[in-house]
Amino acid sequence: MLGFLWSLVRPLCLLLIYWLVLGKFLRSPIPNFAFYLFAGLVAWDLFGSTLNAATTSIVSNAGLIKKVYFPREILPLATVGAGLVHFVLQMVVVFAVLVAFDYDFFGANLLLLPLAVTALVIFLTAMSLFLAAANVYLRDVQHLIEVFLLFWFWLTPIVYPISFAFDVFGGRTVLGVKLSTIYMLNPMTSVVAGFQRAVYKHPIVADAAGNPVRVLYQASMGTYVGRLLAVIVASSVLVWIAQRVFARAQGNFAQEL
Amino acid sequence: MSGGTPIVRVVGVSKRFNLHHDKSLKERLVSRAGLRGGNGGKSSDEEFWALQNVAFDLDESNTLGLIGANGSGKSTLLKVVAGILTPTTGYVERRGRMAALLELGAGFHPDLTGRENVYMNASILGLSRRQTDRYFDAIVDFSGIEKFIDNQVKFYSSGMYVRLAFAVAVHVDPELLLIDEVLAVGDEPFQRKCMKRIKEFQRDGRTIVLVTHGIDVVRQLCDRVIMLDKGEVVVDGKPQEATRAFRERYAAQVDEPDDVRGTGQVSIGEMRVTDGAGRPKQRFESGERLGFEMVVEAHEPVVDPVIGVAIYNHLDNLVYGTNTAMREVPLGTVSGRRRVCFDFGPIPMVEGQYFITVAVHSRDETVQYVWLERQVSFKVFSLSADSGVLHLDPTIEIEPA
Repeated sequence: MLGFLWSLVRPLCLLLIYWLVLGKFLRSPIPNFAFYLFAGLVAWDLFGSTLNAATTSIVSNAGLIKKVYFPREILPLATVGAGLVHFVLQMVVVFAVLVAFDYDFFGANLLLLPLAVTALVIFLTAMSLFLAAANVYLRDVQHLIEVFLLFWFWLTPIVYPISFAFDVFGGRTVLGVKLSTIYMLNPMTSVVAGFQRAVYKHPIVADAAGNPVRVLYQASMGTYVGRLLAVIVASSVLVWIAQRVFARAQGNFAQEL
Repeated sequence: MSGGTPIVRVVGVSKRFNLHHDKSLKERLVSRAGLRGGNGGKSSDEEFWALQNVAFDLDESNTLGLIGANGSGKSTLLKVVAGILTPTTGYVERRGRMAALLELGAGFHPDLTGRENVYMNASILGLSRRQTDRYFDAIVDFSGIEKFIDNQVKFYSSGMYVRLAFAVAVHVDPELLLIDEVLAVGDEPFQRKCMKRIKEFQRDGRTIVLVTHGIDVVRQLCDRVIMLDKGEVVVDGKPQEATRAFRERYAAQVDEPDDVRGTGQVSIGEMRVTDGAGRPKQRFESGERLGFEMVVEAHEPVVDPVIGVAIYNHLDNLVYGTNTAMREVPLGTVSGRRRVCFDFGPIPMVEGQYFITVAVHSRDETVQYVWLERQVSFKVFSLSADSGVLHLDPTIEIEPA
C-alpha cells in the first residue's frame, strides 16, 4: 500500500515546486495556476515516467529473459499498465482537490478526458515497445531518452499557456513551415491540451485586474476532438510498426543481454 | 497421448552470433566516424556459428542427453529449443507445457523473495495463483529452504538458488523438462533427490532434454544422446555409441601425463600396456587379460623399495592399486635397470578410459623416489551396457513366486 503513496509523492512535489516557482515567484499570469498545472502534469507524469521505466524494462529483467520463455512484449506493456494504475490514483486526487476547492470544472468538457487518455495510452504504448527494444541493442538509449524527455516537457504547454508560445513564434517559418505548425505536430501537445480543456475547462479567463488571459488552446471543441482522433489513428499505426520492430528484435534479446 | 507426432521438432537450425559489436549509439557513431584506433572505424562484426544445421525429432517420453565439449553449442541448442533464442535459420516446433532450468536458476528476479519468485515463475509457466497455492508447500518442502523462503533471492547461495529453481520446475507439471547442467551445483543428497525425481518423471512418460558433462549421468538417464562438436551433430544415437565417441574424441586431450614427483634417485621409463604376455595393447574388451611393463632404473642403490601401480578411471577414481609390498615380492637392494612386469589377469571393468599411475617409494612410504601420475592410458570396451566400476555378467531370471 505504501507503494501507492510513493507514486503520489513525486508528482505532488513537482506540482508544489512549479506552483511556488512559476506561479508565485515568477507570477504566472494564469489564474488558478495550480489547477492548470494539475491538468498538464498528471498527463505528462504518466507519459514521462512510464516511458523512462519502459525503456529499461527489458534490460532490467535480463535474468528473466535469459531463462524463461514468455512473450517479451509483456514487460513494456506491464510498465504501461503499472503507470496507468498510478495515473488513475493521481486522477482521483486531482478531482478530489478540484471538488474540495469548489472549482468549476463540471461540464461537457469532461468528455474530452477519456479521448485524451486513450490517445495518450496508445502513443505511450508505441513509444514504450520501440524504446524497450532499442535499448537492448543500444544501451545509451535510456540516457538519451531522459534528456530528450526534458526537452519534450518544456516544448509541451504544461507550465505555460500555449498562446505565449504562439505569440513568440508569430508568423516565423522554418523551411517554409510555420513554427507554430511544427509546435503543434507534437502529439503530446494535443494530449495535454485535451487534458487541460477537460479539467481546467475555461479557454479564456480574466485575471485579477479583469484582463482576459488566453490560457488554453484557442479552438473549437471539434478541433480538440479532431486532433485527439488524429493522435489515436497515427499512434495506432505506430503501435503496429513498433510491434513489428519489437517482434523482430526480440529473437536476439537473450544473447544481447 | 498423441502417438506419432514428436513433442519437439528441430528443423535445420543454425544460429549465428556476432562477436563484440558496438553496444551503444555513442560507440556506433564513433566507429562510424572512424575515430576508434585499431580497427579504423570498420564495424566489427565477426561471426560465429554456434549451431549449424541441427535437426532432430524428439518423441514423447524420451530422455535426450546433449553432450559435447565446452563451446560445442549444447547450451545454445537447449536455449533454442526453449524458445529463448531464435535460430538464424530453421525453426523449432514444440508442444505442451515446458519448464526449463538453464544455467543456474530458472529466471528469478533477484529483488523478489523466494516466495514471490515461486509465484512469478509458476505464473509464467502457466499456473494460476490457486494452483500455485496448492503446490507451494510441496515446492518449498522439496527445495529444503523453508527458512529462507521469505528472503530476497539475491542473498541465496547458488545451491539454494538451484534447489528452489529445480523444485519449481518439477512441480509445475511440465510435459517437457529442459535441464542445463544445473544439478552439479547442488550438494550430494540434493542431487540424489533430483535424480530420483527425474526418474519418476521418466516413469510418468514425460520428455526430458538434458545437457551434461557427466557421462555417467548420460548412461544412467538417457535413452538417446546427441553429441555436438563445433555446432554440428556428430553422433545421434544410443548412449553407448555417443559416450564412446565422446571418449575417443577427447581422449587425446586428457592423455598428456601430468605431475612427476620424487627425489630423482630412481627413474621409470619404457612404460607400456600389454596383453599380459609382453605384446603391447591399447584396447581391451571387458574381461580380457591386462598387463603392464616398465623399466625402473636406480641411479644409486636404494634399499628395499616398493614398486606400485594404480589404475584410475576417467573420473580420477582409484579402480585398482597394488605394489610389490602388498604382493609380497621381495626386492632387496635395487641398483641399475630392472624390467618390472605386472600381469593383472582378466579385467572385469566397465567400458571407459583408464590411466595408470606408477611409483617407487620406501617401504614406510616416507621417501618417494619417483611418482609419475597418469602416465599411460588404455581403453576398455564392453558389448553390454553397464554402469559403475565393475563389469559383471549377471543373468536375470524371473519366475512366478
